[in-house]
Amino acid sequence: MSTPCGCGSQNTCSGITIQPIVHAPWITGIVATTVGLIPTISTKLTRSDRLSALKMRLGIGRMKYKIPPGLYAAGRPAATSPVLVTANYKLSFDRLRMHLSAFNAWILVLDTNGINVWCAAGKGTFGTAELINRIRITKLEQLISHRKLILPQLAAPGVAAHLVKEATGFNVKYGPVYAHDLPDYFRNDSRIKPGMRRVHFPLRDRLALIPMELMPALKYIPVFIAWLIIVQLLRDHHLSFKILTELIPYFAAIFCGSVLFQILLPWLPFRSFIINSWLLTIIFITTLGVLFAVDWSSFLPLLFILPPISAYLAVNFTGSTTFTSLSGVKKELAWGIPVIIISIISGMIIQFVSII
Amino acid sequence: MSLVYLKNVVTLKLDADKCDGCGMCLQVCPHAVFHIENRKAVIGDRDRCMECGACTRNCAAGALFVRAGVGCATAVINSKLHGTEVSCGCSEEVCCN
Repeated sequence: MSTPCGCGSQNTCSGITIQPIVHAPWITGIVATTVGLIPTISTKLTRSDRLSALKMRLGIGRMKYKIPPGLYAAGRPAATSPVLVTANYKLSFDRLRMHLSAFNAWILVLDTNGINVWCAAGKGTFGTAELINRIRITKLEQLISHRKLILPQLAAPGVAAHLVKEATGFNVKYGPVYAHDLPDYFRNDSRIKPGMRRVHFPLRDRLALIPMELMPALKYIPVFIAWLIIVQLLRDHHLSFKILTELIPYFAAIFCGSVLFQILLPWLPFRSFIINSWLLTIIFITTLGVLFAVDWSSFLPLLFILPPISAYLAVNFTGSTTFTSLSGVKKELAWGIPVIIISIISGMIIQFVSII
Repeated sequence: MSLVYLKNVVTLKLDADKCDGCGMCLQVCPHAVFHIENRKAVIGDRDRCMECGACTRNCAAGALFVRAGVGCATAVINSKLHGTEVSCGCSEEVCCN
């Protein structure tokens, strides 16, 4: 990313704002405007875009997926064309542009540190200040003849529409939650149907979040191995590969708390994540125990150790769901964490007692 | 089959006297918590509220209050462990969403 002119931190020169030149496969050209050179972008996602989306979901090299903030052009927008605002996280940007192939629009990308719209809005980075700042830096009022900005609805936790209007004269209009509703929105004269204002959490979205639940959970495996080594040394006075079979129930707990719970979430009977996952894990490991005809005396400590592990993993999913409140999470953790700790310690005690 | 969290916990408050019926809260709420009755906003199902803060931030009349925050167990646990405010500790390198 190069700055063609060396003057000032806002890259202004003779009153013309020069946006740093961006080189990327999704840039198809450049359009010269009254406020400088604006990159035009492709509205078709490529295999490389889909591959990078997969990597983002797996948490691989995420910081590579920040795009430079500023103005971009989709199609051949004019001064009367709509302005759509988004975050500088590539997945957000891609999800927006892929629905714009039939339209001419300006895209104003805010600097949200590469974080998606909703998270950034909650943190304040997709915020009133950044929006006002970006409007000023890009000299948007010189480019656009109207005074309307279309924001994704989920930017609202961070943006006070009335304050943006006071500071810049631009009216913030909250568009649909999902970019895929934009074509319908545009074709119906910016009419929002009530369904466009609701957030959903379908299976597909829950599945997409599983890798970022499962992978952090795997870091507990060495802890489980260390525990099993201690138990085995105390019990058998030597180490053997039996440890590997003894690990299987722990993998089951990880599976229950980071995968199965997430899949079954809407069908679980209780509201509490800890209670739901605790029950789910008991049912799952008991079923496995029956199927593999385990020795029930060695099963007892597991009944105290595995469900809390799974519950701890499951309650951490609250940060990725679309419906859990801070007050609810605090309430759940207030009793849940002590119960988890007590249960694990009890299980460890039962295990030691059974060895003596 | 539903996705709803704990009952009766949220800090959402609406001062009907200050409400001017502008309807912004209806526009920004992701869970349709509000509706208009007699030209003012009314809280419908408060248990659907996730305390995202969108309504409070966009209420120019100051009629709404919610203690907005991340409904994230990791954030709460970290804040207890480090004695800091509850906040999303994720960054561009590690965002779980």
